[in-house]
Amino acid sequence: MTTRRAGRLCAPIVFAILIASGSSHARDLTVVGFGGSLQDAMRTAYFEPFSKRSGAPLIEESYTGGIAKLKAMNQSRTVTWDVLQMDENEMTLACDEGLLEPFDWKSQPNAADIIPQVKAPCGVGAFVWSKVLAFDPAKTPGVKSWADFWDLKRWPGERGLRKQARMTLEIALLADGVAPDKLYETLGTKAGVDRAFAKLDQIKPHIRWWVSGAQPVEWLAAGNVVMTSAYNGRVAAANKDGRSFTMLWTQQLYSADYWTIPKGTDKLAAARELVAYMTSADAQKRFAETIPYGVTNGRASALIDPKVQPDLPTASQNMAGALMIDTPFWVNNEDELQQRFERWVAQ
Amino acid sequence: MATTTEAMDGASALTPPSLSSRAKARMVSALLIAPLILFLTLVFVLPLGGMLVHAVENGEVGAALPGVAAEMRGWTGEGLPPESAYAALARDLKAAYGEPRLGEASRRLNYERSGYRALLTRTARSVRAIDRPQAGWAAELTAIDPRWGEPATWAALRRASPPLTPYYLLTALDLRMDNNGSIARAPAEERIYIDTLGRTLWIGFVTTLLCLVLGFPLAHALVSLPRGFASVLMVCVLLPFWTSLLVRTSAWIVVLQKEGVLNGLLTRLGIVDAPLELVFNRFGLYVAMVHILLPFMILPILSVMKGISPSYMRASASLGAHPAVGFLKVYLPMTLPGVGAGCLMTFIIGVGYYITPSLVGGARDQMTSYFIAYYANTTINWGLSSALGAILLACIMLLYATVGRLIGVGRIAGIQ
Repeated sequence: MTTRRAGRLCAPIVFAILIASGSSHARDLTVVGFGGSLQDAMRTAYFEPFSKRSGAPLIEESYTGGIAKLKAMNQSRTVTWDVLQMDENEMTLACDEGLLEPFDWKSQPNAADIIPQVKAPCGVGAFVWSKVLAFDPAKTPGVKSWADFWDLKRWPGERGLRKQARMTLEIALLADGVAPDKLYETLGTKAGVDRAFAKLDQIKPHIRWWVSGAQPVEWLAAGNVVMTSAYNGRVAAANKDGRSFTMLWTQQLYSADYWTIPKGTDKLAAARELVAYMTSADAQKRFAETIPYGVTNGRASALIDPKVQPDLPTASQNMAGALMIDTPFWVNNEDELQQRFERWVAQ
Repeated sequence: MATTTEAMDGASALTPPSLSSRAKARMVSALLIAPLILFLTLVFVLPLGGMLVHAVENGEVGAALPGVAAEMRGWTGEGLPPESAYAALARDLKAAYGEPRLGEASRRLNYERSGYRALLTRTARSVRAIDRPQAGWAAELTAIDPRWGEPATWAALRRASPPLTPYYLLTALDLRMDNNGSIARAPAEERIYIDTLGRTLWIGFVTTLLCLVLGFPLAHALVSLPRGFASVLMVCVLLPFWTSLLVRTSAWIVVLQKEGVLNGLLTRLGIVDAPLELVFNRFGLYVAMVHILLPFMILPILSVMKGISPSYMRASASLGAHPAVGFLKVYLPMTLPGVGAGCLMTFIIGVGYYITPSLVGGARDQMTSYFIAYYANTTINWGLSSALGAILLACIMLLYATVGRLIGVGRIAGIQ
């Protein structure tokens, strides 16, 4: 009687466990991006054509960055991500901690075409993005630099900046007249950091802090801010939808996002195949024509529609006065600077 | 004889089976609650214990640099360590080069001082080229990076190498351990967590108070109003309960923002000239939090009020008490268990909020949970994340114990 009752109690539990464990066996190749208009472009340019060509389904997921989930998967040995988009900072950290598969350039047919700056020990550049000053020329005409961002007299109103020390401190120093090639040298000293915070103090009451990449463009459209820092692709997407925001390419801040493969995936060969496909010239041409981010395959640049070229962060006329974000600097200093930044923001 | 046998049979038939059936019943009940115990252990006790362990765990440096950790145990910590420590460092770095554990140790060391992450990885890369040091390891390593000749570097390494550390808990309390091992407050521009904790508790307190002020009369209305009207009101109370947190919070942005519904109405009616700042500040945060947490206040109060017979108030009136006196002396004390439970629940849930503050709060309204999530998800500093969680937990336990002492835990839980 008791055993039967106990059996009746246990059966559903056992059943549930069986289902849970059974579902993890038949897993399809999974690619993880940052969502939004960016991932829409990836779907058109990469995921759907790849899936059609290989004949195997491709599962998409999205996340908002952070390496915690990767670490948790690695520790519990249940890696369900096969290809992952990461920013340079987090890729470096994850690579150091052994969470990523060392990148096997021999498996990459496009290795020779990839620009050398985005060849990393644990990943290959997916695209080059840029953070620019964006504004509505109808409301604030004549803005020319980050210094103008600080000019509250001539252009009154709220300003949007990302709630993060990385890139915000750089913007403050650029506005204060520090040359791009001297910037990290300055930021590497206590006096330089003080200078950046002092500069931010000047407009602090007028800053509205954004967290997700979609916010600054929405705020600009709604009139909550008159100018803002924003990712170039998001601004371009808004302009495609009928807005006419201006992006300031001088003093743009740029970096790359990468394709990485988490260590411990059981689909290593398929993952490498997908990465190879996504770094091929034809696929990257399609991607850049869907969303104007810079390509990492040198041969792709020449193929891109000339009409799109001027919108790319990597276009030569856009590179004048540009600042490349110094990832090693931030890998070393982010803990401390972010903490000081958080404190300063909350004061 | 026959009767004795019968009696004995009867006894043997009665006592032992009744014992075994009681044991059976006990086993069945144990089996019935076993899933619950298992569930609680798996999702509550183990993670919580894990979190507390993470807050003091410090295995990274010891795992990557075991020789250095051993040397540090035997070293006084004054000045520079002996040559053997330098030799152990070189040996350990060579062995750990390219291994994930070196990355973890570098991350840990970087908490002690920014830049030590690169110091460790760069030294590991350079030291591999040296087979036999010409002038001893101390000289070789100092040549690779002069920081190896500074006592501060070794003091940091010594602090980071034991298997347990107070570092995370101290940091979560804005304290630092300096090179001599004495504890001092962090430099002014780095103090942040105590302020945040104070703000978190204050926001929790104000939200609870607002919920009580709004929830108590509403709960009373729910028990005293006619049935039909009361059930409509009840649905209004429960509606936010059934809506997703994100939807509710975003809806408040739509209502309260500068070009939002409320400001539009106020300007059109001519009540205000310029739109008011109603969201992305403390006001907006309170509005959204009270809205979400109100059911947690109302429901426990309601359940207690339902059990209070109206004859008590009638009795107090018939004995000549003014309704206000009757309310204060008779009714209110009887609702206290519900009030206590509601306040405690609202407060405990409220201080854990971080999505709502990050969406409708301003830069000055972020709570401790924001940092817990930030360190856990973004920088995988699980130690600091756990330490902040442990301190928040300690605050809540302290409060629970205090309220429990005042009102009685059983009464709050509704057992007595």
